[in-house]
Amino acid sequence: MISVENVSKSFTLHNQGAAVIEVMSGASFTVAPGECVALTGDSGAGKSTLMRMIYGNYLAASGAIRVGGVDVASAEPREILQLRRETLGYVSQFLRVVPRVPSLDVVAEPLLALGADRNAALDRARDLLTRLNIPETLWSLSPTTFSGGEQQRVNIARGFAHTYPAMLLDEPTASLDATNRATVLSLIDEAKARGAAIVGIFHDAEARERVADREIDVSRFTPGRAA
Amino acid sequence: MPDYNFAYLDEQTKRMIRRAILKGVAIPGYQVPFASREMPMPYGWGTGGVQVSAACLVPEDRLKVIDQGADDTTNAVSIRKFFEKTAGIDTTEHTGEATVIQTRHRIPEEPLTDDQILVYQVPIPEPLRFLEPRETETRKMHALEEYGLMHVKLYEDIARHGHIATSYAYPVKVEGRYVMDPSPIPKFDNPKLESAAIQLFGAGREQRIYAIPPYTRVVSLDFEDHPFVATKADHACDLCGAEHSYLDEVIIDDAGGRMFVCSDTDFCASRQAQGHRGRLSPGEDAA
Amino acid sequence: MTPLLSVRNIRKSYGARIGCADVSFDLYPGEVMGIVGESGSGKSTLLNALAGHLEPDCGEVLFDTRAEGLRDTLTMSEPERRMLSRTDWAFVHQNPRDGLRMGVSAGGNVGERLMAVGARHYGDIRESATDWLGRVEIAADRIDDRPRAFSGGMQQRLQIARNLVTGPRLVFMDEPTGGLDVSVQARLLDLLRGLVREMGLSAIIVTHDLAVVRLLADRLMVMKSGRVVESGLTDQVLDDPQHAYTQLLVSSVLQV
Repeated sequence: MISVENVSKSFTLHNQGAAVIEVMSGASFTVAPGECVALTGDSGAGKSTLMRMIYGNYLAASGAIRVGGVDVASAEPREILQLRRETLGYVSQFLRVVPRVPSLDVVAEPLLALGADRNAALDRARDLLTRLNIPETLWSLSPTTFSGGEQQRVNIARGFAHTYPAMLLDEPTASLDATNRATVLSLIDEAKARGAAIVGIFHDAEARERVADREIDVSRFTPGRAA
Repeated sequence: MPDYNFAYLDEQTKRMIRRAILKGVAIPGYQVPFASREMPMPYGWGTGGVQVSAACLVPEDRLKVIDQGADDTTNAVSIRKFFEKTAGIDTTEHTGEATVIQTRHRIPEEPLTDDQILVYQVPIPEPLRFLEPRETETRKMHALEEYGLMHVKLYEDIARHGHIATSYAYPVKVEGRYVMDPSPIPKFDNPKLESAAIQLFGAGREQRIYAIPPYTRVVSLDFEDHPFVATKADHACDLCGAEHSYLDEVIIDDAGGRMFVCSDTDFCASRQAQGHRGRLSPGEDAA
Repeated sequence: MTPLLSVRNIRKSYGARIGCADVSFDLYPGEVMGIVGESGSGKSTLLNALAGHLEPDCGEVLFDTRAEGLRDTLTMSEPERRMLSRTDWAFVHQNPRDGLRMGVSAGGNVGERLMAVGARHYGDIRESATDWLGRVEIAADRIDDRPRAFSGGMQQRLQIARNLVTGPRLVFMDEPTGGLDVSVQARLLDLLRGLVREMGLSAIIVTHDLAVVRLLADRLMVMKSGRVVESGLTDQVLDDPQHAYTQLLVSSVLQV
């Protein structure tokens, strides 16, 4: 479902004497449907960079990144947008939303963007917010005013609203209490059970062991440090 | 007489104006620019109408001049005398006897015939002007028949007053093409714009001439659910008793007493001469 | 898939000075494209050239017309182009005074485009106007007020209603949130996002505000000295800028 082939990445800092920083080369791996792969490695090894390249947020310098038949590294913006709408979900560490939009709508939005029936989308959103223990009194408020943990849970609900065939999870259990952490892990299990291919970053070792089928140490893709 | 060329204007100028008139007749409702001359009267006193009349008059003509329906106001008297002096033509106050009628703000009540010319004095010829100040833009709107804006004005009327409150200078569409300002005639007169007489419009300060040829279709703009209505004061003339003529309201004392009289003085006088009487007529019983 | 708008090699010079040059791109139905750059980078010149307000020196602006498919709007006759600009196209000005008739009521402003395409039933026009005022969050009892009596944010929302009432397919926006204070901006952005999604609009938004494009635009074009220096997916261009100028632009934004 997800296939990363010989991908490299460098940053050119034009405003700092055009310094070129090579951060990754020769990255290759695949993820099958129903499989969860955890990216590991020290801080700064490039876990997030790799994940962002898969999402199309960072531009790969070379190589191919195929998600459901689309090469993210060379696709047109609209193809990537369509991929993100229909196929590839992303739960980032931070929630970025338009101010003033109620949490319920924030969660339902990915479904609405797909043209889902509004009531069905809102039902799904209510269901997820309930499971993630967001009190109903907060649903009509914008999450911009919420605590960090509440924001993270709204973010997760939004990420799981649509049943994406491929998902990227960046620290989904960070800053959650035991109950909510368990809920998130079961959401991941459910996604795997329906055949989603998942790439995740989990600092939480226990969670990683619980859901990940394989681990990939990203530091082996670091230039100069490659084995 | 020898002191003036016939009808004051020189022959070249009259030819120039006639060419503009012919173009206007050929394109009903279209505003033809012309090189308006300085006339021996101020702008706003009918310089456009006077130039058009001057270009139309021949020595055999009999001229009538009306100002808001009346033959006896300063403006009407001055223009009549002007042409008596500069063209030596006959004048009249009777609509039926006139061959050329110059008018300000009215169309005579008596139906006009196909051997008459009605000349209007026009202050602002551009019906779109109050909503679109740019002349370049209004010309383009006419050229491309973009007349939505005219309805915006009528919409505003209904929104503010509950009905189309525009009661004079009511915009019309001529022969299905040009939207035209009929000059500040009351909308009561709009139906009379479909006439047997040729109608010419002259705007002196704005330097425009336009025309409605005889028997041309003239439709007053409106909405499907707010159709055009030619309204007048809901009274009969207090002097001649006419029930279907346009009326002026006259305050007659300090106690709020008022009377309604025909604005068309010739029409009213003719009716009275025929023996028609109104509510306040100095009748036999009052004597 | 046919692009809704296909722009080829647009160039506009002011004498020896370049307004914009060598601009080409395709815009697909439902896409929102942002054009960013500092003042004088040519983004407004480009927008005006695309929208037919300025005649470019060369190039093509092909639009997928309903009747005849792709047509070059630059070689279209003026009546056709003007018809397009009051039916399938819309233009939202930075200053609402440029896009509204200040002497005409809110209802008349919204109704004008309807009347321009032949609506002649007062009740229907008023109903549409009321509906649209509601959609841009203007109370129905303000329908007969003139825009002068409105706040800046309301004026801008009114301008949007006036433009969208005829269901256009392509909207040009020139700094739509410029000159509004931050809370009003947020409300407007939220509104625009909803309308774009509901109506399936395509839009080209010129702005110097990177936060605006991040929230509204799918794609981004970065302009400098009249030329496009970088383009791509909005979040990619902002998070992983490739060109020196884009990097400078992104790093110059104050973090809140």
